[in-house]
Amino acid sequence: MKLKQLEASISQLIQFQNPKIELEQYSTGAHIASRMLYMANSSYNDIGGKVVVDLGCGCGTLGVAASLLSADHVIGIDIDAEALDVARVNSEEFEGTIDFIQGNVADCKLKGWKVDTVVMNPPFGTRKKGADMMFLSSACQVLKLFPVGQQSSLSKIKLLYEKDSKIGRSFVSSCNSVHISIMLLRLYQTLSTHREGKFATIVWQLLGLTFYYDAMQTCVQYLSTEIICTYC
Amino acid sequence: MRLLTHNMLSCNIKGVTNGFPLAIEATTVETKEVDMNPDFLRHIFPKLEWKAFRDASHSLGVDDLPEQVDPDMLLDEEFLRRFHHALLEVHLEEGVLICPETGRRFPVSKGIPNMLLNEDEV
Repeated sequence: MKLKQLEASISQLIQFQNPKIELEQYSTGAHIASRMLYMANSSYNDIGGKVVVDLGCGCGTLGVAASLLSADHVIGIDIDAEALDVARVNSEEFEGTIDFIQGNVADCKLKGWKVDTVVMNPPFGTRKKGADMMFLSSACQVLKLFPVGQQSSLSKIKLLYEKDSKIGRSFVSSCNSVHISIMLLRLYQTLSTHREGKFATIVWQLLGLTFYYDAMQTCVQYLSTEIICTYC
Repeated sequence: MRLLTHNMLSCNIKGVTNGFPLAIEATTVETKEVDMNPDFLRHIFPKLEWKAFRDASHSLGVDDLPEQVDPDMLLDEEFLRRFHHALLEVHLEEGVLICPETGRRFPVSKGIPNMLLNEDEV
């Protein structure tokens, strides 16, 4: 599927009618969603033929995009039943085969090493402190970036990148058996009032772990500063 | 919900150590055809908990999966077809998932399992 076709399809999806501010339900725009998933598929081969999980899927935009790009199995997880009703309609509209789960991303532990890719447009933690890190931790859990039995926390995520630490080493060895990538898409509330501006992409590759940070040009500076502080 | 998703779900109530696999009580099961991708089936096969998958397929009325499997079977077209059907074409639409340890019931409605936990379960 071509990028333009993907974007045209995504733009037809139903979005939140009454977004819940406390859940930070911002819609993911068709422009940014289509480019993020298209890049993940064409440049990194992370979507087609893979098991993809959309954490905090909302209306299912990223999941449907993954499905359109021939992901073989897509799972969308969200806490909000209303959002999932919309997501189900969106998925059926495109004859997608997305499995939705109503659950809290904080305690969603998927068993085994079955997920190849996580895509998400997570909350930024503006309403509930730490919600953004909780999503990142859950993404690591889902992808089994933590040794089994380890609790996820920010400090442990940091440890993953210290090459000399024990966790770092076991992380690297566990990477050999699974293709791991995390995609993060952060949009800011203020940006939703902007017209879609120039699109920018930052890709971080650390120890074989690919972070996709896709953002409007305006927040690139902020993002890059924050990523370096948080993850390196 | 398809059985590949079921193969990843477990009961995450605090203190539960054997929350997998969730038993299935099926009320409505639907079949939706999708194209078969043999490469994907070979990719996912080694990662599946076969016994849980086979038992779950029984609960949904699919009875043609072998008890014992080995990777050589992935070369057999007939096996791939059955495997594909049970894994990706059969959907649990209405029913209940049950925690094997606590008996906690998670309802499935319109194909969506509700795995939300109560405050005292987290």
